Amino acid sequence: MDFVDYYSTLGVLKNASQDEIKKAYRKLARKYHPDVNPNDKEAHLKFQQINEANEVLSDSEKRKKYDQYGENWKHADQFEKAKAQQGSGGFGNAQGFGGSGYEGYTYSSGEDEGFSDFFESLFGRSTSKRHGRSTAYRGQDFNAELKLSLKDIFNTHKQELTVNGKNIRITIPAGVANGQKIKLSGYGAAGVNGGPNGDLYITFNIPNDSSYIRKGDDLYQNEELDLYTALLGGDKIVDTLNGKIKLNINPTTQNEAKIRLKGKGFPIYKEDGKFGDLYITWKIKLPTQLSEKEKELVKQLSELSKNN
Amino acid sequence: MTQEMITIVDFCNHYQTEITFIRSLQDSGLIEFVQKDNEQYICFDEMPRIEKFIRLHYDLNINMEGLETIDHLLKKIESLQNKILQLHHSE
Repeated sequence: MDFVDYYSTLGVLKNASQDEIKKAYRKLARKYHPDVNPNDKEAHLKFQQINEANEVLSDSEKRKKYDQYGENWKHADQFEKAKAQQGSGGFGNAQGFGGSGYEGYTYSSGEDEGFSDFFESLFGRSTSKRHGRSTAYRGQDFNAELKLSLKDIFNTHKQELTVNGKNIRITIPAGVANGQKIKLSGYGAAGVNGGPNGDLYITFNIPNDSSYIRKGDDLYQNEELDLYTALLGGDKIVDTLNGKIKLNINPTTQNEAKIRLKGKGFPIYKEDGKFGDLYITWKIKLPTQLSEKEKELVKQLSELSKNN
Repeated sequence: MTQEMITIVDFCNHYQTEITFIRSLQDSGLIEFVQKDNEQYICFDEMPRIEKFIRLHYDLNINMEGLETIDHLLKKIESLQNKILQLHHSE
């Protein structure tokens, strides 16, 4: 680990004023800033060196310590300890000094942006309070849409999604609503300057099916019923989202008559074992062709009906 | 899947940047906005470029004319670097 001459890094004299240091630093920062030197590792390294030099020389306390120990920096800690034991104060905590007047430029390439071993040996790990734009920002939130059918969300299930090249396995609870949004923390864009990642919001798009209409937790479906079962009553097997069910049809069931099946509707979101209701509307289907015998019987039925 | 965009207002809040600066970048043709439902958005793909302009402007005190010049020269550098790479590969 070698001694680093911060004055020569910035090209200023040892007695340079704060203004001269600031001016020299700005000039060099413009020249070596990584944004104006793409893919130039040498410029990047130089930028780190001038940043470090400025961190020390622009802070009066750091500069004082640097000037005091200079090339004897290896013994700085021993001097500090000796001073502390004599009760004469010293320079504060061993982690270096709070940056009181540091004005630095920032750039984050994702590579190691740390200061030199020399700096860390003399001032501790960088704890500078940079006044530049080095604030850690949370990454941007992402929004995605997931299209599901009513059948898909009748039962809780897991689904794998690919978002920005990342595979995410999520659990989709039964009964999620159309337009409902869920948040997956930390799956958004990466944070800026070490800030936390953003979140991923998934909006469910659940269109109504051709066979079923969902209103809240209730389901509505139309079912055909033949004329004779409607008139005389009987049993009918009906397909529902929850499987086949056998229904008892009352005699003389009217067209558009509606029945309610309690607890046979849609699962209620995050309430295990609870369901909405199922409403079935009967659509009575008349025969499209009648045999001669049927015609005769229907005529008789009609006459009978008139006489009643 | 929705397109990855952010409103200009959200962007400025997020980066603590003045909206006038972002609009100046657009006026000078350095960045483009997307207009949707009476709202202007910034595409996610555009963000690294804007972050670069923010750093150059706020950190290095470079004005809009300077940013335009730098952008132009950086594009030239990039194109030359690509040509050098191609030549290396064809050797």
